[in-house]
Amino acid sequence: MALTPDAKNALIAFSRFGLGARSGSGAGDFSKAALDPRGFLKAELDSGKALITNPELMDTRTNLVALYADQEETKRRREANLTAAPKSGGPAAANMAPALGVAAASSAAVAMNSASMNAPSMNAPAMNSGGNDMMMSKPDSALPPRLDAPKMEMGKVDMTKPDAAKRKLSMEQEIFRTEALARFQHALSCEAGLIDRLVWFWSNHFCVSVAKSQFSRVTAGNLEREAIRPHVLGHFGEMLKAVEQHPAMLHYLDNQQSVGPNSKAGQNRKKGLNENLAREIMELHSLGVDGGYSQADVTSLARIITGWSVHGREAKNAAPGTFAFNANAHEPGDHTVLGKVYAGKGIDQGESVLSDLARHRATAKHIAFKLARHFVADMPPASLVERLTQVFLQSDGDLRAVTTALIDADEAWSAPLTKLRSPQEFLVAVARATGRNLDDPGQLLNGLNALGQPLWQPSGPNGFGDTVDTWASAEGMKLRLDVASNLARQVKDLGNPLDVLDAVAGAAASNLTKEAIARAESKQQGFAILLMSPEFQRR
Amino acid sequence: MTYCEPLTPSRRALLMSGGALFASAYLPKFARAADGRDPRLIVIILRGAMDGLSAVAPVGDPDYADLHGDLALAASGTNAGLALDNFFVLNPAMTTFARLYKSGQAAVIHASATGYRERSHFDGQDVLESGFGGPGNVSSGWLNRAISALPQGERVGSQLVKVSGLAVGPTAPLVMRGAAPTLGWAPQFMPVAADDLASRVLDLYRHSDPALADALMRGLDTEKQAARNGMGGDAAKSKGGMDSAAGMRQAASGAARLMAADDGPRLAALAFEGWDTHQNEGGATGRLFQLLGGLDGAFEEFEKGLGDKWKDTAILVMTEFGRTAQINGTIGTDHGTGTVAFLVGGAIKGGRVIADWPGLKSSQLYESRDLMPTTDLRSVLKGVLRDQFGLSAATLSDKIFPDSESVKPMQGLIVS
Repeated sequence: MALTPDAKNALIAFSRFGLGARSGSGAGDFSKAALDPRGFLKAELDSGKALITNPELMDTRTNLVALYADQEETKRRREANLTAAPKSGGPAAANMAPALGVAAASSAAVAMNSASMNAPSMNAPAMNSGGNDMMMSKPDSALPPRLDAPKMEMGKVDMTKPDAAKRKLSMEQEIFRTEALARFQHALSCEAGLIDRLVWFWSNHFCVSVAKSQFSRVTAGNLEREAIRPHVLGHFGEMLKAVEQHPAMLHYLDNQQSVGPNSKAGQNRKKGLNENLAREIMELHSLGVDGGYSQADVTSLARIITGWSVHGREAKNAAPGTFAFNANAHEPGDHTVLGKVYAGKGIDQGESVLSDLARHRATAKHIAFKLARHFVADMPPASLVERLTQVFLQSDGDLRAVTTALIDADEAWSAPLTKLRSPQEFLVAVARATGRNLDDPGQLLNGLNALGQPLWQPSGPNGFGDTVDTWASAEGMKLRLDVASNLARQVKDLGNPLDVLDAVAGAAASNLTKEAIARAESKQQGFAILLMSPEFQRR
Repeated sequence: MTYCEPLTPSRRALLMSGGALFASAYLPKFARAADGRDPRLIVIILRGAMDGLSAVAPVGDPDYADLHGDLALAASGTNAGLALDNFFVLNPAMTTFARLYKSGQAAVIHASATGYRERSHFDGQDVLESGFGGPGNVSSGWLNRAISALPQGERVGSQLVKVSGLAVGPTAPLVMRGAAPTLGWAPQFMPVAADDLASRVLDLYRHSDPALADALMRGLDTEKQAARNGMGGDAAKSKGGMDSAAGMRQAASGAARLMAADDGPRLAALAFEGWDTHQNEGGATGRLFQLLGGLDGAFEEFEKGLGDKWKDTAILVMTEFGRTAQINGTIGTDHGTGTVAFLVGGAIKGGRVIADWPGLKSSQLYESRDLMPTTDLRSVLKGVLRDQFGLSAATLSDKIFPDSESVKPMQGLIVS
């Protein structure tokens, strides 16, 4: 087997570090990477292509103002309906529920959809909207149902029904899909895809879930674009602060309503602490579960960040939908975290804790391990973790320096490709390999739902799993085969799959894979085999 | 069919998406050879830490109502629970459990916990599922090791039963992971790949990536098994996530159908999610009420679907830890310690709340905030495994719950 080192390392650059080589406009990327795999990756870091600034994307404030208005309008209409039609039951009742974002609704299907939109957050997750329909060909037949369902209805709705043609996406569905599309397009446009891999890593590290609420659905994309992308090659401390003060996180981990028991608000209203965010800041976001903190530290930090909230619809002298420090809800006094007393009574008290947590050795180790686990191996070499830890500490959490150290590490190129592409890495790699432009996020969203990694919807604040076991399960591989089969059937103008193999793996493709593709009974089948081949799955 | 090969014990369990899964193993033939019983065990994990004080409320405790505030259940009135005895009431969502309790087929273990005393969900679940005394052991789960300790396989009719088991969704709970073979089943999202493509990909994997060959083969095998058991087509369509009542029912119904078969799995694990009720938890209505209703629906599906196998079935419901005795500032509860476990099924000697009640005064609470655990959950798990499958105390303390010799199996949980 003629496997030149350069081709092997080019494959590693694209699979372990990136999102797979592109065909079409990106044809030739693989040969380019083979000349200097490390340089190829570093050039992407230098490109500065981390931000997404498409004009159609709105900031958090705009999205939340739209949400507030939508909720207000729904409330107004519900009250009007109650006055006008005091009868209960029937489809109309379903439409009166609060927070319903669908503009026109009368069919049973939409009423069902609205019901789930109003359910408490635990109903949200949503594995799917049902439908055994060919998910891959119907852009909108899968989850999260509240986000995709109405358009799915449009796809198969009986157009003779009076309101079928008028039905539109709800405000939150529009926002979610617009964010998703921009995110996928960015991932398709990059040469290597390393920056987006890093963004996804941090987005999972600092995850929120759109299953929680309407608020989460309209802000999940913002969190990634506004708090993670600007810092993905910057300083960890800045990212930590941006995330913990972002409305999406304050809402997801319940800090929005956490009130200091001895604050003015705590004394007046019978409200108090909620320690959810404080605990996850230490356990998941910074120190790690073995980072040496105690329950007392969690409670202390919870007190310190009371008052970190979001300006509501009727905020005075402030912009609704932005981060708020509500001094009235802030627990007064000095508080001790990890043995250090934090004095003061303002926002800087919490910011000082975050700043110290960001520099803590336990944090450096936690982040170094997670990065090495994500990119290199489930149980990464200790030497690599230690080196990344040192770089993190010495550079004061400079994530560009840490990433560069990872690219320079011999272990990152010598460790065998034992990891499996996650569903989103796999699906985006497929889209890149086919060289298509993307103008609808539905197919990718549905694929992610089917493979168990719905966009911005992990089952808990620890995010999706990041080990081989998470994805290389029996059910996971079977579903992946089904997805590959369906995707292969839909590619138009498919050339010779062996040419595509050459574009994505070059001389690193094994003879076994080449033969299996060459012997396929059709181009479609050959393409499906390519998508399932170890060269395309492992990283 | 190339992938319908016998599975070997070295193959690993699998995960399912949505977090709920079940799986199982060889027929434990021997188990109750003496009385001809054919025991089954289903373990349901509630991820997120269930509030035991809202599920089974100690309304007879003078401090309960104040501590649990707006969430508190009562013996009567608008927040009334279903009476279990003169001290505890059950959350009104759990009508099936209440019925089974009355007929002696359901029991509550209150003020129980694993040996874990921190408050991380993820470490807490690792301890709960691994069966070890502390976190950091995630290579196998206690249920899987229990399967390994059972005699392997027996003939049912003329057929040698090898493996049965299944996973619902894309990831397997740790409790079922390990060396003993298990399978998986999931609600369907799309048309399945043709057999010819499947066998070509399998063939490629066999020569180039044995680990993927193994996983894919098991996935395909389970699909065939599910189809044979009447779970193809519409029955396979996913109805909801594992934190929705519909999803919980569907997982239970699917598991029951597979387990009811003579050659079906005897042990299974499922995971239900969404129990981390930091805010607006609700009491006699609301969020926790709906989740408990989903769990209760799962009991009903198992009872219905297992048919005459129900009489020999034990269902064990457990969660990583409890929640604070006092409600927090957002009408919810934060991470705590002691909580409840449920036992349900024809094999359970029920009709009782088993509790060494610690009291709820500040000095009686763990760290002045959580229900004090007075029962080690492992004694319950050991009691069930010993009396359901005849596993010895030595095996239980050595292989299944390592270094737990001081934790004795609880007596009399299973009908003898």
